[in-house]
Amino acid sequence: MQPQSLQLSGIRKGFGADDVLKEIDLSVRPGEFLSLVGMSGCGKSTLLRIMAGLETPDSGTVSIGSRDVTNVDPSDRDLAMVFQSYALYPHMSVRQNIATPLRMRNLSLGARLPLIGRMTAKASVLSKIDAAVNEAADVLQIGHLLDRKPAQLSGGQRQRVALARALVRSPAAFLMDEPLSNLDAKLRAHMREELSGLHRRLGATFIYVTHDQIEAMTMSDRIALMSSGRIEQLGTPDELYQQPATVTVARFIGTPSINLLPVEIDASGRVMALGRPLGVSVPARYAGPAMLGIRAEDLRPAAGGFAVKVLRSETYGADRYVTGHLADDQAVCIVMRQAAGDPIAVNGEGLSHLVFPEQRAHLFGADGNRIETTVPARIAI
Amino acid sequence: MVLLRKYLPHLVLALGAIPMLLPFYWMLLTSFRSPAEIFDVSLWPIPKNFDAVENYARAAGQVPMARFMLNGVIVCLGILIAQVLTAVPAAYALAKLRFPARKLMLSLVIAALCIPMQALALPLYVGLAKTDLLNTYFAMMSPFFLSVFAIFLFHQSFRSYPDEIIEAARIDGFSEMEICWGLVLRGSLPSLAAFAVFSLVAHWNDLYWPMIVVTDTNLAPPPLGMLFFSDVESGANYGALMAGATIITAPMVVCFLFARKHFIAGLTMTGVK
Amino acid sequence: MSAIELPLAQPVKARPRRSAADRRMARLGLMFAAPSALLLLGFYIVPMIVLAVFSVTDYQLGALSTRFTGFDNFTKAFHDPVFLRALKNTVIYAAIVIPLGVCLALGIALLVYGRKKSRAFWEVAYFLPVTATLVAMATVWQFLLHPSLGPVNAAIKAMGYEPVSFLSNPTLLIPTMAMIGVWQVLGFNMVLFLAGLTAIPKDLYEAARLDGAKSAVDRFFIVTWPMLGPTTVFVVVTTSISAFKVFETVAVLTRGRFGSETLLFDLYLEGFEYSNTGYAAALTLLFLLIVLVLSIGQMWHMDRKVHY
Ligand SMILES: Nc1ncnc2c1ncn2[C@@H]1O[C@H](COP(=O)(O)OP(=O)(O)O)[C@@H](O)[C@H]1O
Ligand SMILES: [Mg+2]
Repeated sequence: MQPQSLQLSGIRKGFGADDVLKEIDLSVRPGEFLSLVGMSGCGKSTLLRIMAGLETPDSGTVSIGSRDVTNVDPSDRDLAMVFQSYALYPHMSVRQNIATPLRMRNLSLGARLPLIGRMTAKASVLSKIDAAVNEAADVLQIGHLLDRKPAQLSGGQRQRVALARALVRSPAAFLMDEPLSNLDAKLRAHMREELSGLHRRLGATFIYVTHDQIEAMTMSDRIALMSSGRIEQLGTPDELYQQPATVTVARFIGTPSINLLPVEIDASGRVMALGRPLGVSVPARYAGPAMLGIRAEDLRPAAGGFAVKVLRSETYGADRYVTGHLADDQAVCIVMRQAAGDPIAVNGEGLSHLVFPEQRAHLFGADGNRIETTVPARIAI
Repeated sequence: MVLLRKYLPHLVLALGAIPMLLPFYWMLLTSFRSPAEIFDVSLWPIPKNFDAVENYARAAGQVPMARFMLNGVIVCLGILIAQVLTAVPAAYALAKLRFPARKLMLSLVIAALCIPMQALALPLYVGLAKTDLLNTYFAMMSPFFLSVFAIFLFHQSFRSYPDEIIEAARIDGFSEMEICWGLVLRGSLPSLAAFAVFSLVAHWNDLYWPMIVVTDTNLAPPPLGMLFFSDVESGANYGALMAGATIITAPMVVCFLFARKHFIAGLTMTGVK
Repeated sequence: MSAIELPLAQPVKARPRRSAADRRMARLGLMFAAPSALLLLGFYIVPMIVLAVFSVTDYQLGALSTRFTGFDNFTKAFHDPVFLRALKNTVIYAAIVIPLGVCLALGIALLVYGRKKSRAFWEVAYFLPVTATLVAMATVWQFLLHPSLGPVNAAIKAMGYEPVSFLSNPTLLIPTMAMIGVWQVLGFNMVLFLAGLTAIPKDLYEAARLDGAKSAVDRFFIVTWPMLGPTTVFVVVTTSISAFKVFETVAVLTRGRFGSETLLFDLYLEGFEYSNTGYAAALTLLFLLIVLVLSIGQMWHMDRKVHY
């Protein structure tokens, strides 16, 4: 099966009074790894379940390839899904679990019955299923677990069985709903690599839901960042990091979180930060309060910078995070990332002066949207 | 067609509910009817002559119906109180205290769970007969003073009570009695409620044991009273008979309708075994 | 278990003080358990021993002399036409009540489980017979099935058939009582199945749909039925045990007339009406054996079938 594209257009969904999805358009390219990322409760799972056909949208259409599947039963959409809980059938062995998608599709009802089935099923079909199960198990290195029950497996092994059950029948696309969230941190990092590897090897379309931006950043070709039922930005991990379209995106992506300073845009389009003009200008129509976003790694200590009261510093091997707040405004928290060897440069009052390259600062209007800035000349604040 | 598919489950359930509820409907209806109407068998819900007063009066007059109900209340409450008084400390000891023969006692309790009351009736009856205790409230209640099921259930529930709280309470100077009744049992109130429902319903409805130890009409609990009553009436006056059945069935049914959740939890509690 | 762990876990030095606390705890434990332990002895253990002793004697309540008779009572039971008839009746009764009581309850539970708004209503409707006093309700059934006054026969007559004498035709007696038994047990089993259904994770059904289980029947066989395994075993066993204890319906409807005795009713007659205590004790042990086999079968099955 060729990897398929998947399109959503105008998808709306509400549960009772709350609108969970508001007019979602999304086009997933064939063979890409697309992550849906966002805070818990923003509607990612709902969107994925609409793709799978487990929920019906209030309006809008879902199509796979060129086929409109909006009203097609999940069993006929040719999608595979990996659930957060893995949803393995506890009464079946691993082998039977993996074989189920093939048995349901290739055997008649009579042939699936527990005892008589064995006799009535065509031997050729059965041996094909067996071969496919073994192959899927080999890909995920669970060949030695095939005769166990899910209860006898560890979390990571169950995860692999769930993946094997999904990939045993090369579906049009793989849907995964937070598949790694039940694993411990170390295993999660390992499975991230494996999933990326699997995606490269299969070349299949992966649609991956997570609330963990690191998972999304490390594995995806593209990321759709969702917030309260909308897609805030769709783009490559780099685009989301370098050019966040909204303040929500800027806040969500990156560790530590981006520093956000309140600024004022005056009538002539100058950006006033901390009482002084910033060396960038914007169209005058943006006049009013705004937000300035600065990544922690863009800050560095230098004379003449803005004053920050340093509260603590934490060293993570090569990096050091220096945390404090603005000397003038305790409510604004500032984090700076520097190499662990660099001096912290704190004066006697515990103040440090920081500067940043202005073309790397992100400006967001009062509505949260990005404002493109122009840099006429290089001036430090 | 779509409509049919949508309402088919309701339709099937409704058809099934007819035989389930028919006896209740018929019982109530007949208890309001006059004898003449009873004889021409109609399902029409509104009786032509409203003879409820006469029927219920007859049910209460022919046999001491009030007395039966009172007996039922005395026996059920007596049993329940004794069961809770004995089972709670025992379950607490089994779950949280270490004492000799604890394992043995726990095994005996679990073994006793498998033995139905009917298997013990014979020796208990002989014992009561020998001690001249037949036809007493004590005879009706004593075999049930110990509920191994209650011990088992409370034991399960007490075991999950955190040991740290018990130890903290001991350090704070609580006596073991206060810890058992005031702290640990309070954490298991849902189990207690469910067990109370289970025990009350079981003994209110029980016929076997009262039929063995009671021959005195004045001591009969409701089911035995019902049996006496239908002997007295011997099929002649169905209106009164149904009035009697209504009186006896009503307390449990009404309680059930008001506390549906508790009833279902209590009666199906045997499911945890 | 704890006896082995404790000496290892506790430093040796702390021992004397601990054992004082231990002694106090043991004293308290014994005190708390004593009332129940005495009742257990007096109302379970001693009676069981007495029962076993009775069963090998020809003891009769009130009789002057008693003889040891070995296993005569048991051999007698298997040549006693009344007991054999009671056994046969009970087995027929169980053979009707168990499959109907379980399968219908499962069907109803599946239907009720799918209802959202009306679920509470159906639960009440089907559970009502469980709470009702069976003696009273059996009296109502007697009236419902009355050949000339009951609505059931009125309906049969209205459809143009002969009235059926449910309660005087000996071949119909046990099936009729079995139907009342099904009526009574249905709601109970339905609620157990509902609890079992509620415990099935929703995403198993969703996984099954994506795996290609399109029809509800497919999903029933791939998820519901295997996941209900332990519940079903439990329901079958409780239903069989209660079927073997059938008593009230016989006591109300026939008093054992027309050869309609059941096991427990025969036992009641022998032990408490005829005072054949020794013989009744033997019958009781046979009854107990049946119940124990059923409950042990349950435990064995539960061990095997529970998944997680
Ligand atoms: N079946 C449902 N019924 C009612 N509300 C739901 C249902 N499923 C999801 N929701 C609500 O929709 C919102 C989005 O849920 P979900 O898509 O699961 O979020 P997440 O992004 O964490 O996966 C949540 O507020 C949740 O409470
Ligand atoms: Mg989710």
